[in-house]
Amino acid sequence: MEKDFNEIKLRKISLELRKLILSLTFNAGSGHPGPSFSIVDILTYLYFFEMDINPKDPDYFKRDRFILSKGHAAPALYSALYKLGFFPEEEMKMFRKVGGCLGGHPCIKTPGVDMSSGSLGTGLSVACGLAYGLKKLNIPSYVYGILGDGEMDEGQIWEAALFASHNKLDNLIFYVDRNRYQFEGSTETVLGLEPIKLKWEAFGWEVREVNGHDYLSLFSSMTEIKRLAKRPKIIIAETIKGKGVSFMENNQDFHARAPNKAEFILATQELDEQIAKYE
Amino acid sequence: MNNSSYKSESQRVALGMSLIKYGQRFDNLFVVSPDVGLSTHASDFQKIYPERYVNTGISEQNTMGVAAGLALVDFIPIVPLYAAFASGKSADQVINSIAYPNLNVKIIGTHGGINVGGDGPTHQAIIDLAFFRSIPNFKVLVPRNSSEVDSALRISIENEGPFYIRLERESIPEVNVQCESRLGHGCLIKQGGDITVITIGSMLNEALNASNMLEIDNISIRVIDMFSLKPLDIGLISDACKETKGIVTVEDHNKYGGLFSAVSECVVGFSNSLIPVKSISVNDTFAESGDGKELRCKHGLTSENIVLEVKKLMNLDS
Repeated sequence: MEKDFNEIKLRKISLELRKLILSLTFNAGSGHPGPSFSIVDILTYLYFFEMDINPKDPDYFKRDRFILSKGHAAPALYSALYKLGFFPEEEMKMFRKVGGCLGGHPCIKTPGVDMSSGSLGTGLSVACGLAYGLKKLNIPSYVYGILGDGEMDEGQIWEAALFASHNKLDNLIFYVDRNRYQFEGSTETVLGLEPIKLKWEAFGWEVREVNGHDYLSLFSSMTEIKRLAKRPKIIIAETIKGKGVSFMENNQDFHARAPNKAEFILATQELDEQIAKYE
Repeated sequence: MNNSSYKSESQRVALGMSLIKYGQRFDNLFVVSPDVGLSTHASDFQKIYPERYVNTGISEQNTMGVAAGLALVDFIPIVPLYAAFASGKSADQVINSIAYPNLNVKIIGTHGGINVGGDGPTHQAIIDLAFFRSIPNFKVLVPRNSSEVDSALRISIENEGPFYIRLERESIPEVNVQCESRLGHGCLIKQGGDITVITIGSMLNEALNASNMLEIDNISIRVIDMFSLKPLDIGLISDACKETKGIVTVEDHNKYGGLFSAVSECVVGFSNSLIPVKSISVNDTFAESGDGKELRCKHGLTSENIVLEVKKLMNLDS
């Protein structure tokens, strides 16, 4: 069945997810709102349009898989899963709290979470194993995931990159969240990554570059890249850390800090105003 | 009991045969090998089941992740590799991609201990047991000879969750003892009332030699092979505490974190049967290149040293 691509609907969902991320981190008093905001549009596109998943049957074997390799953006993943109905609202109140199922970084025990992550650099290898296994089983599902750009400092990423192209894992589609910041500064200041596109191409991957906040670009790049066989795929998504709230955008202060009460109220107001435009 | 040596076989050859055997029985068994298949004998499996074998290249970190991913789609990934690299290079991946999500991956560390010999300390695994034993969800088995490799592999496959099985490089003279290897159990190889000697792997043979030497002095040692290092056989240790005067642990591993630590942790937990525990092990040092047997002699991993430690415990060392 052809899916109906509705950019307006996706935009509205992404704003609602941003509000949920704010609530999660504000209530917990910690978390990573900035890196969560930069991937919200990619996650919205994947979870609310592209992926074959079923919240009523989270372990449905032939589903598509998703691995959040940059696990510190967990609030974004939880917000998407909650909105899709994978778990009830009570769990959202327990984010980062003893007894809850939503940890600071994703855990496989959470309904809808396909793999634990958090130690940077590990997600792509697991995705490779998944994609390789699905091919062995002749299951035509896809394995999606998101890498942080700073995460590409890790050597394991490049071991996995070799493995994926050597084994022609064309059912593996990853995004690089190219928000250009890592913990201690800009990626190019800390440990230069450019030219990223050429690196992935040299490792044998199909590479596309998109605006990670533009749904039409996300849609067209995915549609195009999916048609290509024999090679793993990576979409370098140019994003903005903190995207969606004016004072959080490109503000490294919100990398690993929850908003305080005043910031929470202000940010929520901004998001509500944007949501109102779609109603 | 007949403890005369009747054959000497490589645990790695046995591993290759067992992989094929269980590959036939379990069609979801999958071997993931970081370019060491010829050495670990994983390549024996590859010859029979090439479609369920992948050479991941010299990339231990990615290898563990790939194994984790395969487990997520219900394969039983077996990862045979050098013990030194299983516990070193891919430590984070073992912890975060396998143990934390509790995935059904079986890691086989070949080349355990300083007995590896000539390749030197980079290839001599002396912290692998300490590492794997300390990771939640992992179970750790150490087969005493080539015959027990099959039992260890079978147990790991029949029990869901991550396992570490430690093998040795050199062929091990096989002693004919009747004891079924079981998860959570050690094997009481020989009864004795004076001192208990607990071993892992091929160190059992040194203990049995020591037992013969001590019999001349009318010293009767109890010999236990601690096949299941985790979960540990608390019952056997408890009996040893009640029925003998001391324990000597013998392992080709660093003094800290392995068998000595496991047994000591257990013994101090007993409120009213505390007995001394002595360690024969690598004494918190790196070894060197050299013949494996010579290295074991140099570091005291011998029957003669067991005799000495037992006599010390019995205050007969003067």
